[in-house]
Amino acid sequence: MKRIQTLETRNLVESAKKGGCGECQTSVANQ
Amino acid sequence: MIHPFKLNGYNIILDVNSGSIHNVDDVAYDVISLYENTSKEEIAAIIQKKYPDVSEEDIADIFEDIETLKKENKLFSEDPFENMAIDFKKRQSVVKALCLHVAHDCNLRCAYCFAGEGEYKGERSLMSFEVGKRAFDFLIENSGTRKNLEVDFFGGEPLMNFQVVKQLVAYGREQEKIHNKNFRFTITTNGVLLNDEVMDFCNKEMSNVVLSMDGRPEVNDRLRKTRNGEGSYAVIVPRFLEMARRRGQKDYYMRGTYTHYNTDFSNDILHMADLGFKELSMEPVVASPSDPYALREEDLPTLLKEYEKLAVEMIRRRRNGNGFNFYHYSIDLMGGPCIVKRISGCGVGTEYMAVTPCGDLYPCHQFVGEPEFLLGNVFTGVTNQKVCDEFKLCNVYAHKECKDCFARLYCSGGCAANAYHTTGSVTGVYEMGCELHKKRIECAIMMKVAEACDANTFAE
Repeated sequence: MKRIQTLETRNLVESAKKGGCGECQTSVANQ
Repeated sequence: MIHPFKLNGYNIILDVNSGSIHNVDDVAYDVISLYENTSKEEIAAIIQKKYPDVSEEDIADIFEDIETLKKENKLFSEDPFENMAIDFKKRQSVVKALCLHVAHDCNLRCAYCFAGEGEYKGERSLMSFEVGKRAFDFLIENSGTRKNLEVDFFGGEPLMNFQVVKQLVAYGREQEKIHNKNFRFTITTNGVLLNDEVMDFCNKEMSNVVLSMDGRPEVNDRLRKTRNGEGSYAVIVPRFLEMARRRGQKDYYMRGTYTHYNTDFSNDILHMADLGFKELSMEPVVASPSDPYALREEDLPTLLKEYEKLAVEMIRRRRNGNGFNFYHYSIDLMGGPCIVKRISGCGVGTEYMAVTPCGDLYPCHQFVGEPEFLLGNVFTGVTNQKVCDEFKLCNVYAHKECKDCFARLYCSGGCAANAYHTTGSVTGVYEMGCELHKKRIECAIMMKVAEACDANTFAE
């Protein structure tokens, strides 16, 4: 096993550069 | 900022700002935990003393991996979001959703209900079709260009006003064509009035139904009683089972409340799973400290262990092919909410409002009946803009306590109503709620790590 295994996740720092679309529902962690 | 934690045999590093998650061995866990505040020479000395078999070359490799992850913004990433929070004070929001209190009355007498006996500190009343219709018009008028709108039928017990629910759904379907909107309807019920007609209607029109039940018979019946003081378990369970079956075991939630009387609440969740329900949720009661069922500070260690116990059991059941979903453990690492949503919070008082049977507007269902939070009325619109502006500040950066919290981008600063009822301020922090939520987030992340280990689906 590698010492560090990284899960596939959406990178919030990278996605912040795109901004939000405002289309999400009102409720946060749980689409 | 990172959050290293160990749970269920996994060593996990959460990179707070990027949301990156790393499953690491003991050596890497210690190196990463020391990395920000200790020199590389000191780290190497500490590691070699603790792990005599680890070579200098091994440690150098770990340092190199850490630096690579840092460059990729996956470890020790900076917080670029705080300035975004400032803009929330100025932003123009649209109303996206209404909670329609179609009944301020209830056919159960649940001891812990924040609505009292359904009447929210006022008189028993049902919403008329005219008021409901005007609420729909208010929502459409204040929704800007947003196409997808939501209406939740709530109470009290909304099925005590089922005819109006049906009329309002028909009105919404008619209006959505005229205004190019799309209504998503949901309903929360205690199940007492569920019958074939209601089930068929809900399965046709409701995107989600929430079915209220607390778990084991003796737990449910201790606090969820009928008007005559009888337990409700025997009445509601067969109806809920039929409802879940007719919905194909999806698009519903069993929603329980746990209290000081059942701090072993994982057994209530598992009881509902054993009955055959697949979509489960259980929330801590929020009550006055003087209430005998209120959670106490000394309950906290037990409650945290219960969340861990539940997560471990859910992994076991998933591996055996009989898994179920628990709302708080259903996080989507690839498609969850964007950063704007994570900072701005739940939308209380800005994007979401509650409407009482007479048409009064409140920031959310948990503020109904609190005179200082009356926002206006569906016939006159929002007249108390000052309170609306106060809720614009309910974002994660409004709480100094959240600054150093690893869970801040998962909870968005917590529930304003819980904060108000426990601290007297909507921007306060309900500390027990924080501790419980942090544990839920750790458990949810650990379950994702377990899944990735089982399927070997790590990033290259």
